[in-house]
Amino acid sequence: MKTDIILAGVGGQGILSIAAVIGEAALCEGLCMKQSEVHGMSQRGGDVQSNLRLSDRPIASDLIPLGGANLILSLEPMESLRYLPYLRPDGWVVTHSEPFVNIPNYPDMDRVNDELGKLPHKVTLDVERIAREAGSARAANIVLLGAATPFIGISYAQIEEGIRRIFHRKGENVVGLNLKALRAGMEAALPFPAKA
Amino acid sequence: MGKYLFLGDEAIAQAAIDAGLSGVYAYPGTPSTEITEYIQTSPTAKTRGIHSRWSTNEKTALEAALGMAYAGKRALCCMKHVGLNVAADCFMNAAMSGTHGGLIILTADDPSMHSSQNEQDNRVMGNFAMIPMLEPSSQQEAYDMVYDGFELSERLGYPLLLRITTRMAHSRAGVETRPPKEQNPLSFPADGRQRFILLPGLARLRFKALLKAQEAFTHASETSPYNQYFDAPDKTLGIIATGIAFNYLAENYPEGFEHPVVKISQYPLPRRLIERLADTCAEILTLEEGYPVVEEQLKGFLGKGITVHGRLDGTLSRDGELTPDAVGKALGKEISAFYAVPEVVEQRPPALCAGCGHRDVYEALNEVIQTYEGAKVFSDIGCYALGALPPFRAIDSCIDMGASITMAKGAADAGAFPSVCVIGDSTFTHSGMTGLLDCVNEQSNVTILISDNETTAMTGGQDSAGTGRLEDICRGIGVEPEHLRVMTPLKKNYEEMKRIIREEIEYRGVSVLIPRRECIQTLKRKHPAKQ
Repeated sequence: MKTDIILAGVGGQGILSIAAVIGEAALCEGLCMKQSEVHGMSQRGGDVQSNLRLSDRPIASDLIPLGGANLILSLEPMESLRYLPYLRPDGWVVTHSEPFVNIPNYPDMDRVNDELGKLPHKVTLDVERIAREAGSARAANIVLLGAATPFIGISYAQIEEGIRRIFHRKGENVVGLNLKALRAGMEAALPFPAKA
Repeated sequence: MGKYLFLGDEAIAQAAIDAGLSGVYAYPGTPSTEITEYIQTSPTAKTRGIHSRWSTNEKTALEAALGMAYAGKRALCCMKHVGLNVAADCFMNAAMSGTHGGLIILTADDPSMHSSQNEQDNRVMGNFAMIPMLEPSSQQEAYDMVYDGFELSERLGYPLLLRITTRMAHSRAGVETRPPKEQNPLSFPADGRQRFILLPGLARLRFKALLKAQEAFTHASETSPYNQYFDAPDKTLGIIATGIAFNYLAENYPEGFEHPVVKISQYPLPRRLIERLADTCAEILTLEEGYPVVEEQLKGFLGKGITVHGRLDGTLSRDGELTPDAVGKALGKEISAFYAVPEVVEQRPPALCAGCGHRDVYEALNEVIQTYEGAKVFSDIGCYALGALPPFRAIDSCIDMGASITMAKGAADAGAFPSVCVIGDSTFTHSGMTGLLDCVNEQSNVTILISDNETTAMTGGQDSAGTGRLEDICRGIGVEPEHLRVMTPLKKNYEEMKRIIREEIEYRGVSVLIPRRECIQTLKRKHPAKQ
């Protein structure tokens, strides 16, 4: 298997926790992994992205080539569009639907939605609302991960194991809430057309 | 021992611990910060008593590391690329003295300037100092280089420069660790005075020794496991790929190389490997993350009129970090994206956090400054450099650590008024104090704001060397107590802040204002419940 994922969002939203869970799951599965992160200045509310590469063979580059990503996973709708040149023609975009507005010139959401609408394979969900309904407003990123589970190339059970390992230090309650958030995201994404 | 998912920075830190490190010395700087942080939080490092407190700046860090190595122990000194400029005095001369215990100097370069003010390639500095260099292509190689590097440094008798770039520092991969080694016992160099007293007569001998050592350094490169020759059928082109560029090359040949390749991860250049490539191939392409260092060396090195492609002839862009796509294009591959970035996507630059004290400083300062024509505000390296962006547009410069105070002084000397500067607390102790002394000695007409958030915020909230003692430091340097004024940057205090700023601008001499309020990020971390 080989899955290239671009994680996108705004500094401070928590894309790196998603990467950590997938990374842990990949490690359990014995897969090779490379994940490049953004630290430093851009974390102060700027656009951030992480390249996450999984494969059952050794991976050369830390960066995903243009047109190479199987999946863009984004916590912000406009940010999901920023990395489209990296998406394969058959790749999926899974994104939070609600904008994070911290710039004065944030575009009209109808225009953002029009662009998302043009993509053949996408899942857009209000992951914050789903997270609140699932009992943990802070687990929006895990809801998003849940929605993306069909496209990662790692079994759902293994992703659950990743969550257990990442959150076990914070106690059973936190593990439970995140597992619930994962499932809520997975189920919310079911009505979207399955992977061709 | 085991297999771990490590950032490049973490792999280096763990390797140093496993290699019998006795001390890490560093000043925070992206993308190098996580190395020292990892050692600070490592239980093993704690048990082993490994020194890991932050230094005041890169120069003090490197000097302390050299001192520890002088005493026979293994020392690591970490900095971002521009930090090596600060440490350059010690760096150049540590190449003259050489070392006793193993000494690894780590430079984390930042091509494309993700978090930096330039993209200098410190392999140039390594060549300048004429010491051996290592440039890992993978996190595992970074681990192995450090694990074995202290011994190499001890065997050669010289410090090593380990050069990584942002993508190596901040990318995670599986790393296999090796059995921990004991720390070195305390011991001093037998010929210490001949080596470490660089008075001219002795220094001349040391320079001859350094020149002679080049042979051993080159031999080490030629026999290094990190430098490799990969043969391939198509000899119309030979490729030299250094450090992480090797990965981008491999990404473009998933089924194996088509052209012969020399992978370089240890310097000086492995002469024999390169001559073999030059003898077999019609032309050479150099792939380097950073400056065309090898490319320039090759021109003089080969002297055979062989064509060398790279960043100098435009095959690759002269600036910016490499990507698999840039390398693919240089190899003549068809690189294209299927989707474009839609026009609707806007830039989202970083900004000062909501609730940050620097915001209040700029709000108040801007209101006062607007009433003076030709006022200039010199600033410095840190979060508050974001005051350059809207809505503040509050600063006129951001050059290097500490330059705000001394540039304000120079401008005041030239007649500029008001000449104001904004510097952070950590940057002030890093390199601002000496400039303040210059101002005090000449009674320069400057107004200095030390915007004190009691941490090194930009790099994630590390200790700041002068926390709690800034007034004492300023008084000690000679700032007059009545022109050393502390305030709390909050909206409710704007009127008072503006009054003080105006009074001190009007005072014809050195004023130091200290707006002090803890960084909102470190505050949140201490009191997560308040979020």
